[in-house]
Amino acid sequence: MDSHVETLALREQFETPTQQKEASTLGMWIFLVTEIMFFGGMFLAYAVYRHEFSEVFSAASNTLNVVIGAVNTGVLLCSSYTMVLAVRSAQIGNRKALIVFLILTMLFGGVFLGVKAYEWNEKFVEHHVPGPTFHLEGTSMQGQAQLFFSLYFAMTGVHALHMVVGVGIMLVLLFQAYAGRYTPAYYTPVDVGGLYWHFVDIIWIFLFPLLYLIGRHHH
Amino acid sequence: MTEHIDSIKTYTIVFVLLLLLTLATTVTATIDLRSFNVVVALSIAVVKMLLVALFFMHLRHSSILTKVVVGGGLLWLGILLLLGLSDFVSRGWLRVPGK
Repeated sequence: MDSHVETLALREQFETPTQQKEASTLGMWIFLVTEIMFFGGMFLAYAVYRHEFSEVFSAASNTLNVVIGAVNTGVLLCSSYTMVLAVRSAQIGNRKALIVFLILTMLFGGVFLGVKAYEWNEKFVEHHVPGPTFHLEGTSMQGQAQLFFSLYFAMTGVHALHMVVGVGIMLVLLFQAYAGRYTPAYYTPVDVGGLYWHFVDIIWIFLFPLLYLIGRHHH
Repeated sequence: MTEHIDSIKTYTIVFVLLLLLTLATTVTATIDLRSFNVVVALSIAVVKMLLVALFFMHLRHSSILTKVVVGGGLLWLGILLLLGLSDFVSRGWLRVPGK
């Protein structure tokens, strides 16, 4: 075994920088696969109940504000766009651009969470939060309607929690980028952080039509 | 190390496509296609997922091993959804004595 000088891009236990990078990327993807299964359980629960109680689910879904939902989807896509540009900036070694794009990504993420908080508050005002004060107008199936909103809060809640974690990751990346830790030879944390951020975006890409759009064609 | 650096133009085209698809899914949801509404909505979501995964997550430049892992994850998700749903959908197809 030949020994090499240890650097960030090549730790002692790896043969080549490529091998190290692939190990990190693969590790993140395996984590994301566990996340697919985690969210998959909730998507299955949603699919089963929507199949059972499709009319109430449509009526409940129609009370959500579709314009806000669509705009917020756009905001999240903007954050993914700035995230991928942050990774690109790290690839070409542009530290300033990396910092700017990380801040923009956090800002878009923050806007998304703010809009989400506004929407959740609306649910409390409209008595659309499952519990003793729950009431959905125009249906006698209050229990099933609560089921929709339980899934709504569980799915958007866990998604938002992932966003909060994502903003935390961006913060760490930002400090390290500011300290000049990342170079074109080593920017794996930015790359892997980006994978996480885009994954959370993909979850929302499915949540938006399933929660907001399922009943729009009949009023 | 063969590092692929995509152009800003590529990312911008993908980003604009994603925004247009969001608009498309929002508009088509208001048109009555009966049971095809959900098919259209999910198809658009899958296309958006592929765009994000292949371009933003660099999956098209990833190693075969990574692609197999992602494919495996989606396969298991498919098993979860398919078997889970086929159970609930098919309940009541056969009369079970005592039920």
